[in-house]
Amino acid sequence: MTHDESATDGWFAGIDPGDTDAAQAAVRDGSATAPRDWPTLAAESGFAEREEYYRLLHEATMAATRAEVREREQADDQQLIHAIRALDDCQRVANELTERVGEWAGSQDADADVDDEYIAALAEREPDSPMEDRLVSLADRIVGLQEESRSLQTVVESTATSVAPNLTALAGPELAARLIALAGGLDELAKKPAGTVQVLGAEDALFAHLRGGAPSPKHGIIYTHEYVRGTRPEDRGSAARALAGKLAIAARVDNYAGEYRPELEAELDDRMERIRARENQ
Amino acid sequence: MSPDGVARKSIDGETGLATEGEPVYGEPTADGWRLWDRSRSKLAVLLDREVETGLDDGSTVLYLGAASGTTVSHVADFAGPTYAVEFAPRPMRDLLDVAADRENLFPLLKDAREPESYAHVVEPVDVIVQDVAIRGQADVALANRQFLREDGRLVLSVKARSEDVTRDPEAVFEEVEERLAEGYEIEYAESLEPFHDDHLGVVATPE
Repeated sequence: MTHDESATDGWFAGIDPGDTDAAQAAVRDGSATAPRDWPTLAAESGFAEREEYYRLLHEATMAATRAEVREREQADDQQLIHAIRALDDCQRVANELTERVGEWAGSQDADADVDDEYIAALAEREPDSPMEDRLVSLADRIVGLQEESRSLQTVVESTATSVAPNLTALAGPELAARLIALAGGLDELAKKPAGTVQVLGAEDALFAHLRGGAPSPKHGIIYTHEYVRGTRPEDRGSAARALAGKLAIAARVDNYAGEYRPELEAELDDRMERIRARENQ
Repeated sequence: MSPDGVARKSIDGETGLATEGEPVYGEPTADGWRLWDRSRSKLAVLLDREVETGLDDGSTVLYLGAASGTTVSHVADFAGPTYAVEFAPRPMRDLLDVAADRENLFPLLKDAREPESYAHVVEPVDVIVQDVAIRGQADVALANRQFLREDGRLVLSVKARSEDVTRDPEAVFEEVEERLAEGYEIEYAESLEPFHDDHLGVVATPE
């Protein structure tokens, strides 16, 4: 019977109608060369009549998709992306609040020199008016956000090292995490050519260039790396290109092999030394 | 043919299309009907223009690029079995909530470029709705043509910027239509402006 043959490709083939675990695994991992009239085939094969078939299909697709979403969202690189973004948020908000507190404190004490030390001292002060109470409370929130930033930095460091040891060795944990975040994941970053890695984070400048008129950006977020920022402007393009090339390779090694290769770091150091040597010629 | 499950309603001072079902994204509701916002749904623009999409009450639908389920929730309100394919986990998390209230909506975390990965689940359908913001939108439509019944229809929204941000949208649309013609006969192709910039709405039948 041709019907029975094609039915063996369906997600329900060989599955007991009550077995949700087996059904969701079949939805996730199965495949077929072509679609068929599965509801009819399922009825003919004795799996379930139409109405019941759709009920079971809903149950199976919900379970399969829920499990896979959870799995993919909990992947370590995705957790790393959330952590680095949370770190950025904490730092940004702490800076904004510090400016606000600085303005406010300056209105009460013209000599107020607002830095982290001042904020920390302010947070400890005993307020003597309802207004000062709010100011001290704000300072206390800033201190809290700064503490949270340090905790997030610690978790970014350890997670980046385990998710992408080579990339982290070359870029440092924060830049490694930012590159992964900009690409959308380690797998996505590993698929990007070095030229794209070089300008990740400079999309606005890149598209302005592609539309015509604007110069091509020499670097994106990798500008924060000492090898780019610390190289004299004339050689920054070369430095950015060399760094991006090694970072792209590191991301691929991390994604596909996963083991640490110290020679990558040595090669990068060597290349940078040569680029920087031009300065003295 | 136009589905009875889609009606023109006036709710909270706004007039537009509406379907009957559980609210999803904070849309205005009244008597179980929920407004279907044209500026949030390319399909709603086509239905509002009364373009023949092939969608009817109880239609079997394959929706490619369901995202967080804004549009597919309205489709599932009036259609029959509705298969919702979405590749990214984050929007799928929201789509799961939408599907939890809708027994006829089947969420699939799959890549629309790999139809064999869901061909063991999806049956032949009356309508494919495609809204995938990736390069090669015509190729996705061609690869999924096998899911369309002979008298079925493809309802496609083409996003020019997904193909090539640097080129003129008109040139991109022309190329997509040309490629599409390798497997489809195009019945309708109009810009979705002013509701969606640089998007082309297409209805086509398999050839």
